Order: sequence, then structure tokens, then C-alpha cells
Amino acid sequence: MKEDNVVGRRVVLHADMNNCYASIEMLYHPKLRGHPVAVGGNAEQRHGIILARNYEARPYGVRVGQALWEARKLCPNLIIVPPDYEKYLRFSRYFKDMLSEYSPQVEPFGLDESWVDVTGCLAEHSTGENLANELRERAKTELGITISVGVSYNKIFAKLGSDMKKPDATTVINEDNYRNVVWPLPVEDLLGVGRATKAKLVSYGVRTIGDLAQCDTITLKSWFHKWGLFLHTYANGYDSSPVAETGSENMIKSIGNSTTCPRDLLNDEDAHIVFQNLAESVSERMREQGLMAKTVQISLRTNDLFWFERQMPLPKPSHISTELCDVAMQLLRQNWDWNKPLRSIGIRGTNLTPIIEQRQLSLFEDEQRREKFENLEFTIDGIRRRFGHYSIDRAMLLLDSTLGNISPVSDHVIHPVGYMN
Amino acid sequence: MRTFVNYLDYMETDDIFYVDVNEDRYKDGRLIPVSVVLDDGKRYTIDRIVDISPLVSTKGGGPGICYTIRIRDTLLKMFLVDEGKTQKWLMER
Repeated sequence: MKEDNVVGRRVVLHADMNNCYASIEMLYHPKLRGHPVAVGGNAEQRHGIILARNYEARPYGVRVGQALWEARKLCPNLIIVPPDYEKYLRFSRYFKDMLSEYSPQVEPFGLDESWVDVTGCLAEHSTGENLANELRERAKTELGITISVGVSYNKIFAKLGSDMKKPDATTVINEDNYRNVVWPLPVEDLLGVGRATKAKLVSYGVRTIGDLAQCDTITLKSWFHKWGLFLHTYANGYDSSPVAETGSENMIKSIGNSTTCPRDLLNDEDAHIVFQNLAESVSERMREQGLMAKTVQISLRTNDLFWFERQMPLPKPSHISTELCDVAMQLLRQNWDWNKPLRSIGIRGTNLTPIIEQRQLSLFEDEQRREKFENLEFTIDGIRRRFGHYSIDRAMLLLDSTLGNISPVSDHVIHPVGYMN
Repeated sequence: MRTFVNYLDYMETDDIFYVDVNEDRYKDGRLIPVSVVLDDGKRYTIDRIVDISPLVSTKGGGPGICYTIRIRDTLLKMFLVDEGKTQKWLMER
């Protein structure tokens, strides 16, 4: 049973809180137990989707991401509780604290999931599986929730393991069994295979993770470029990316804001107002952190919930809201023809770099004008810090009072950053 | 018009109650409760702390530190839980 202690073999755990938000609500409100419960956004502000549901709601067909009215239609007795993010954040901290007792390498992936590398910590705990079982017991007695744990020798298979058996279960994927356990699974179960990648893979006849693993790298590279090689590595269990040390997650990888608008966006002008509003908040946070973005990413969601993202490099690293907004609008014009209205849009600055004093000036641009803009934005930051966010605003936000009044700062969405970011 | 289940009907719980506690805090970080006002309104001196361990209050208090205390001949459990930025003491019925 001590096989996990073989020198050089990593033991990575991935722990996932089951139905996180719904479980927490049931823990604090015992009367909810035994009833179908879902945590859902505010329907009046059109954030009306199911964020989490408990196992009692599952047989009715209630799923995460469904509209509230749709869920109520399927399950008329469904109790929909509004989310309490402060409580969930606190809970997430308890969870991470518990994991940190076992290893300094605890890397969170969203609020309710974390990887733990316990390679050096196994002498006293014998095997990764035993440790996983201990964690599950502690989660039940100390936190009052159930967790699923995947145990493996790399992060990708550990995550896959924790998704396989739920609730309250341990799944071990090792070098001996991964061909039988992982390879028959559909290809979309693999971390990194999203909707678009799956569609492309299926069109080439690659349906399972095993099919993907057996594809040769040259073919995968021709299909997906560099990403194809990553997928090959993941499917074969060759991933050797380390679990980040606790605390390093505070390193900012991107700064973004998205919002579901009070009414559907119908044209470029509507989108411009919202993008400008969001870009103000994003650029303000960048300046606060002393960062500039090299790339702008936008996310669009239509009113039938079709969702996609597009990104584009900025001509120069920037933290000026108008520059971010201009690129966002350019991306929008290139990728959206308004055949359907948009329900929710987001803007994100990625590829961040620290503000540097020395920078390459351009002969063909008016650098003085740019500097003036920069100073103007810092001045606005100062005014807002002293007198509040709404003390000074752009006139364009007054064009449409419904769209201009969105509060980007409080509508902050918490979700895991992409695995590769 | 169709009415839906109101979540507020399910949010209350009578199974826990918050208590006033006199406590000693030491410079090494220890926190020792000295006396507690129980739901009869009387203050009782805690004779002995039998156990301190992390435990969830399953009746609605959430995760916290459970102090098993003895008052005269009775063993009771008190939970120290986080609520926002403060900590509160609660007991289960």
C-alpha cells in the first residue's frame, strides 16, 4: 500500500466541494434540507440563472445555468435562495486553510476546487487515497459539507478523478489504471477541451480521451497548433505542471468585468455605453495595481445564452479606459453582426505587465495626447476615491439611463481563471 | 397568478441561539470563555473546558470552533463562529 511513496512519483489531489453554494445554504438553513433547493441570481435584474442545485433537485432536471423560470417549470416546489457570496468566500477560505495543513502547495481553481500536491507529505499518511479519505471525513465533521477527491500523479487526471464520482467519494487514477479509467471517457471531460475544441475533435472522429491520446502529435499540431500538443500531453498523463504554492494565487493574471445588462443590447451604441462603463472599472483596477494590459478580451452572451470570447493585442500596453474600449468595440464589430441581441458582455485585460517609466515612443502617434489622457484618468481616479464612483462620469453614460447605471464594481463575477492563463 | 415557494419561509431556525460570553484572551492567542449567559437569562460560570476542536454546528451555525464546557455537572457545547468580520458564540438546542 505504500506504493505512493516511490521516490519521484508525484501525488496530486484535487478536492471539489459538492454542489458548493447549495450545500452551504442547506448547512446554515436546516429547514431547506430534504427539499429541492437551488441558489439562483436575481430575476429582476435578469441575473436569473441557477448557480447551484442540490441532489433533491436533480431528478427534476434542474441544471446549473438554467433560467429560473425554466427550473421552476420543471420543479414547481423548487426553493430558490439568493446567493450570499461573502459566506461562500468565507467557506472557501476554511476549505483552503484545511488543505494547507497538509501541504504548502495548494492551488485553488475557483471558489470550490483546489489542487494539493502532497508528494512530500505522505510519510505519515501512507497513501494519497488514505489522505483523500481523511480529507473527506474532515470536510464532513469540520465544514459540514461533502467533497469529492481525485488522486493521481498529475493535475489533469486528479481533476478528472474528482469529477468522476460524486458526492463524497475518492477516485484514484494511477499509471496502471489510467488507460481503463480515463481513456473511455468522452473527450470533453478533459480539462482544456471546451465546446469549440470538442466540436472540432468530434468532426475528425476523436470522441474519447483515448482517441485523443493516440492521435499523433503532428496531426494534433496541424489541427490546433501549440494547443494540440498540450491536449496530447494531458490525455496521456504527461502533464508535469506544478501545483502552485499557497499565496502565489494572489498574482494577478487578468483584470476583467462582465455584466448582464438590465435590457438586451441591440446595436453598437448600446454596447459602447456598457463597454465604456466596464472599461472604466477595469482600467481603474489596473492603475490601482500598477499594471497595464497587452491584450484585450471580450466575452459576449446572446439572449439564448450562446456564449463566446474573442481577444486581440493592444497596439501598446495600456491602462487607459478609452483605448481598452476602442479595442473592445473593434473586436465586437469584427465578430458580431447583431443578428441577435446581446444579453451580457464583458471586457478583460490580460497579458498584464507592470507600468514602466521608460517605454518605446512612437514617431507616428501623438504621445503627448496619450500622456494627457493618462493623467486625466489618474485625476478621475483621485476624484472618485475622495467623492465616490458616481461623483464624476462620462457624458455618454447619460445617453441611456438603464445601461449607464450598471454598477461594474459590485457586479464582479467570481470564476476560475483558465487553466493555461 | 401562480405563486412560488418563498425561500424566506425556510431561512429561520430555532435550533441555535446566540449567547453572551465573558472571555479571557491571552497574548499567546488562546481564547478561554469564563462565563456564559444561557437562554434562561442567568449567567453561569464555566467550571471546566473539556475539549476545544474544529467542528461544524449542524443545526445551522455553520463551521466553527467547538468548546465542550462543564457547568456544574452538565456538559455543553458552545461554538465560536465567524459572522462577517466578527466572531459570535452560539449554542444548539
